Amino acid sequence: MASICSVLPALLCKFPAIDDSTIRLARKTVDDGFKSFVRSYGNAIDTVVQPLQWFLNYLESLFVGSPWIVILAAMVAIVYFGSRNMAVTIGTALSMIVIGLVGLWNDTMITLAMVTVCTLISILIGIPIGILMARSDRVQAFVNPILDVMQTMPSFVYLIPVVMVFGIGKVPGLIAVVIYAVPPMIRLTNLGIRLVDKEVLEAADAFGSSGWQKLKNVQMPLALPTIMAGINQTIMMSLAMVVVASMIGVGGLGKNVLQAIANQFFTVGFLNGFALVGIAIIFDRTSQAFGKRLQKHSEVIHG
Amino acid sequence: MASHAIEVKNLYKIFGPRGGDFVDAVKKGMGKAELNEKHGHVLGLQDINIYMPAGGVMVVMGLSGSGKSTLIRHINRLIDPTAGEVLYDGVDVCKMNDADLRQFRRHKTAMVFQKFALLPHRTVLDNTVYGLEIQGIERKESEKRARRWIERVGLKGFENHYPNQLSGGMQQRVGLARALTNDADILLMDEAYSALDPLIRVDMQTVLLDLQKELKKTVVFITHDLDEALRLGDKIAILRDGRVVQQGTGQEIVLSPADDYITAFVKEVNRGRVINVETIMRPLSGNADGVPLAAGTVLEAAARTMTAARVASAHVVDSNGRPIGALDLSTVIAAMVTPVSHEDRAAA
Repeated sequence: MASICSVLPALLCKFPAIDDSTIRLARKTVDDGFKSFVRSYGNAIDTVVQPLQWFLNYLESLFVGSPWIVILAAMVAIVYFGSRNMAVTIGTALSMIVIGLVGLWNDTMITLAMVTVCTLISILIGIPIGILMARSDRVQAFVNPILDVMQTMPSFVYLIPVVMVFGIGKVPGLIAVVIYAVPPMIRLTNLGIRLVDKEVLEAADAFGSSGWQKLKNVQMPLALPTIMAGINQTIMMSLAMVVVASMIGVGGLGKNVLQAIANQFFTVGFLNGFALVGIAIIFDRTSQAFGKRLQKHSEVIHG
Repeated sequence: MASHAIEVKNLYKIFGPRGGDFVDAVKKGMGKAELNEKHGHVLGLQDINIYMPAGGVMVVMGLSGSGKSTLIRHINRLIDPTAGEVLYDGVDVCKMNDADLRQFRRHKTAMVFQKFALLPHRTVLDNTVYGLEIQGIERKESEKRARRWIERVGLKGFENHYPNQLSGGMQQRVGLARALTNDADILLMDEAYSALDPLIRVDMQTVLLDLQKELKKTVVFITHDLDEALRLGDKIAILRDGRVVQQGTGQEIVLSPADDYITAFVKEVNRGRVINVETIMRPLSGNADGVPLAAGTVLEAAARTMTAARVASAHVVDSNGRPIGALDLSTVIAAMVTPVSHEDRAAA
């Protein structure tokens, strides 16, 4: 290729990068700016997210502190009444018993608390944003690229500012997980509402529905199957992300996996991995069966 | 409360971002094709003037793309007009603000849709109370009213079924019950029966005619089916390319179609069920002989009565029983057959 370069001007051959000193200066300015931002507002931000810490701690101590039999009974009951499916219920009981037998009960409880909080927060943030996106093309055009960045940016990258602001611990972990898990919630809420049958919406308008009545009576109920799929995806992504979040101080199964990677503990790694798979399947089957049961009315009996 | 008439005046609808800019051009005679070609705007409706009588059934008929569904959506302003007025009880619907419009839609209009547009997650009963729920009427009261209409449209026993569990005809009965429960003066029916089987369609037409006899609402009924239009309409307007081609009673349209387009339509019509005896009777000369026929009897019924009585002549009597004209069987049959001139015009 050197032969081509001999005829081309240097500018077209070697990419004219901005020189090192300018880049260094820019980098330093941005870093310093962010650091001073953290210094001046770090405490305020910590105070704002303090309730998350309390909630997380409360749930974790509840899950870890309660006798295992109570938790197991509660889980089996929730799964049964959610899914009304014996196979899923028995599967849940069996996998939780196996997890307990291999000594991962406490770690699983910690992870469970984490995933529960992350999912709730993702729903609380995701549904309103999804609704706003569905109502306005401009909001959609603004939010979509942000979601693209959130989904494609390697999670290790946004761990950096999160750690800078919040330090090491559960809350930064939680925030990292939510950043990773909330996009499908937002996207599927938006999609679900946009897919609502135009004729039904027109009927709601024709009867004089206000915007809120339309949202409550028509758009949300009809978008529910898609929103349920979003919740399901959010749970799955939270479970995947708690392992990465263990790098910044989240305990539970993820931390064990991290240690297993560092020390090449093959068995420990897979045991913890399978425990994660176990709860993932429990969440998935239950939420899907629940969603399906909500849609019972759409079954055609005769037509 | 008595129903009021709806008056559509000089209504134009041009679809596209700058529709308003082209109203003058269209008024000066720019056609649908030219507007689309030169400016990329679609001419939906042009210069619509229709008086929809109070307490009567106004049928707007046209083929797909004629603008009939666009027109009905102007009455409750699901579509905003580009120019013109829609007057109800002296108020221009097109100038209402959002709050007034919502009140107008809640209390004055009810609509039935071609594809039913029921809420799939609600039972028949919950669908039927929808309009009242939006108005904020107490659940117990609205349920009582809804149950009455569910029974009237023949769905008693299905209150707790979901729409998906019902056939098309039954779903549209729910749509009708939902609209009637609203107890609004104006009933808008957008191709309400077009998706139904022919037999069920006739059945539903009967339901509507029976209800209308006592309710006397101002009904606007959209259809592409001339037989349906003739059966239901006190007055019919025929739309083509967003323009009213002819309006009048069913008889007027069948007997004197305005142009070849309508002639082609009218050719296939069963005239015996449209034309009344007083239209073809001759003045009474001498004694009223033969069987008496009430004014308003259609020819088919007249022919049936006369053949059953084995007479070739009959006289028409008004509501007081006074003879007002005479006719014989051959006139009746001649009037029931499509005139040759129509055949020629349609073939040309």
